[in-house]
Amino acid sequence: MDVEFQHISKNFGQVQALTDVSLTARSSTIHGLIGENGAGKSTLMKILTGYQSKSSGSILLDGVEAQLNNPSQASNLGIGMLYQEPMDFPPLTVLENFSLGTPRQSRQELHFALKTLSIRFGFDLDPDLPVELLTVGERQQIELLRLIHCNIKVLILDEPTTGISPAQKEALFPALKQLAADGLTILLVSHKLEEVANLCSEVTVLRHGKLTHHTAAPFHFPKLLTAMFGFVPKRKDKGSARDKGSPILICKNIEASGERQGLHQCDITVAEGEIIGLAGLDGAGQSTFLRLAAGLISPDQGKVTLFNNSLPHGAKAYIRAQELHTSFIPADRLEESLFAGISLRDHFSLREEHGMFWQSRTRTRQRTEEAITTFSIKGTPEDLAEDLSGGNQQRLLLSLLNRNSRLILLENPTRGLDIQSGQWIWQHLRDELSPDTAIIFSSPELDEILHYSDRIIVFHDGNIVLDSAVADTSHGAIAAAMTGMREGTP
Amino acid sequence: MKKLIIDILLGSLLVFSFTSLVLLIAGAPVLDAFKHIWLGAFASSIKISQVLSVWVPLTLCSCGLLFTFRANLWNIGIEGQVTMGAIGAMAVLRIPGIDPTLTLCLAFLTSMLCGGAWGLFAGLLKTRGGVHEIFGGLGLNFVSQGFILWLIFGPWKRPGIASMSGTELLNRKLWLASLPGWRVATAGIIITITILILTWLFLQKSRLGLKLKAIGQNPKAALLYAISPERYYLQSIFIAGSCAGIAGFIQTTGVYHRLIPSISSGYGYLALLLVMLSGYKIVLIPILAFFFASLNVGAIQLPIVLQLDSALAGVIQGCCVLCALFILGIRHDR
Repeated sequence: MDVEFQHISKNFGQVQALTDVSLTARSSTIHGLIGENGAGKSTLMKILTGYQSKSSGSILLDGVEAQLNNPSQASNLGIGMLYQEPMDFPPLTVLENFSLGTPRQSRQELHFALKTLSIRFGFDLDPDLPVELLTVGERQQIELLRLIHCNIKVLILDEPTTGISPAQKEALFPALKQLAADGLTILLVSHKLEEVANLCSEVTVLRHGKLTHHTAAPFHFPKLLTAMFGFVPKRKDKGSARDKGSPILICKNIEASGERQGLHQCDITVAEGEIIGLAGLDGAGQSTFLRLAAGLISPDQGKVTLFNNSLPHGAKAYIRAQELHTSFIPADRLEESLFAGISLRDHFSLREEHGMFWQSRTRTRQRTEEAITTFSIKGTPEDLAEDLSGGNQQRLLLSLLNRNSRLILLENPTRGLDIQSGQWIWQHLRDELSPDTAIIFSSPELDEILHYSDRIIVFHDGNIVLDSAVADTSHGAIAAAMTGMREGTP
Repeated sequence: MKKLIIDILLGSLLVFSFTSLVLLIAGAPVLDAFKHIWLGAFASSIKISQVLSVWVPLTLCSCGLLFTFRANLWNIGIEGQVTMGAIGAMAVLRIPGIDPTLTLCLAFLTSMLCGGAWGLFAGLLKTRGGVHEIFGGLGLNFVSQGFILWLIFGPWKRPGIASMSGTELLNRKLWLASLPGWRVATAGIIITITILILTWLFLQKSRLGLKLKAIGQNPKAALLYAISPERYYLQSIFIAGSCAGIAGFIQTTGVYHRLIPSISSGYGYLALLLVMLSGYKIVLIPILAFFFASLNVGAIQLPIVLQLDSALAGVIQGCCVLCALFILGIRHDR
């Protein structure tokens, strides 16, 4: 079945997630869809599977406009999706999971169907095992067989090789090729260029919700990378390079769990005054590293040393890190760092008045008013945190930072901010804080990292794949490292 | 404010029409029933003092629950905390040969400690053992119920006979005094009003109140402000348990003058509903507690005067709560 997206746009309130995207995926082909995080790939696929509605445009299936208002309509039209995280029922057995959503059949028939399909694709699945005992790759195989058994015509794969073993990958790829040869339309969402090159006959690149590139095999990698990440912006007013002092954060042989892949063999030394940008695709290990340095999670192996003190294990680590002048600001402001229904003044009271029994209204009010002026927060001391805009919430968080902080850890500090607010935040961080303060931040925007940091560390699947001064590396090398390719691969 | 008044009017209307419907189904004369509830609660100073003696434990438990609800804890165990408070008080009151006033003071403190400790127990189960406070509290309610039954039928039984009617009556000197003509312990009322004021002060003016609010809203973020959620969970549930313990003390020394199996009388559970109805606003607590108390006492008349089933009082209370929650739910959706 041919799938034709025509001029699809989607906006979430003020945010434009997709702008006029048109592409056609033909039957019997595998069509790659690539782009950075937040480029709009998932949104486009969610529109096709009926999970989200489109703002404008239309979708044609075999030339006929399709109504895709909810997931069951999409699935009735033969559209199936294999999700990145298995969407199955862990306590049920393989056969039970396989039988869900399929036409009513007897147990014998289902058993036979599962067996036949397994043999056809070379999968080895025990029908009676509960799914929770299986690996992600095996669960994905069940899901794939189930979709095929449901007679789908369009198959969407979202990062299908995340979390599966190389052997499972070797079983998956021929299966996909075989399915395409049988007439299925396959849409492959991925950020791994090698896989896309291996499987797809056509590739579409999205960037910031717009289609930036469309090409058929063979693929020219530099062109694809440029389309994915854009050009290196001219670096202006970068600010003077800062002097590096003595080491303040030392991570040695760290193994930790968190996010998708955890963190492996992580060795990082950070010196006074450094500004370090952490790059990598979403969930590659940056957030785990920041939380590790902040003492919010403890390593399974290895040691974190802050200002010559090794961090204790467990819940005390975070309090200790704060005593050692380390501050952390998470990306999710209302979820993790502010109290939605509490006033700005009370935030200052919570932050500052330790060891006092009564709240002192006048003192904190004065303090809040000072902060509102200094940080140009649009709000009054009695406003609730949830009533502030994202930019003002971030300013509030910065104003709440311990002014004696000497290591500041920021998770995506300009998330959801417009350019102006983002620039204000950075100006404050660079200019207002003492120059021997070290700043480590993660960001999905490569431009932001290149622009503001002196050193860049790139994570891929929980490993550090690049650690270099920004001046000594190139946009291309970073982009390649983010997608898991070593420098020098075409 | 205008909205609130409309909601209250609407809620009352709903409560009355729904209750009327229930009374009609039960075959009772509706207006007569309401009249008797009213008379049952307010006809004489004795009736009013009965209402007040229900108002006291209800208000005390509600005050305690305001602390736990603030930290977003569901302290279902409040019922058991009342029971343990009563047991703690009784344990002291049974000690012979001390000055009665001193005994009462000691019993008061012990009841606070016992109730608080019972709350702390549920809290520790949560913070250390990962047992949700609802299940921990519910389990501890059963344990305390078993404990009080064992005491009444075992070590503390009346000389000669063990009976459901409870332990032996306390020495008159150990009864909390009441004004002539009033059947409610004056000290109980004074203590309750004091606790109300203290609760208001703590929740509105102290940093403890603010911290509990912060933790209730976002325990994850609290950590970033160097506030340990576990510590404040324990503090709030200890305070709630202490308030409940005081209620147990007053039930023992001011109402029943002995230990009975149902010393907590379900006031803990009722207080949970009451606090939710109040929208966690302390100004509404004494008013709502008075309303529930008068309904509770007034409805006792119904089976006697109108030959209605004695369960009807409970049904009416349930209707009130459901109607009010319904109104609250609508208000929330708007």
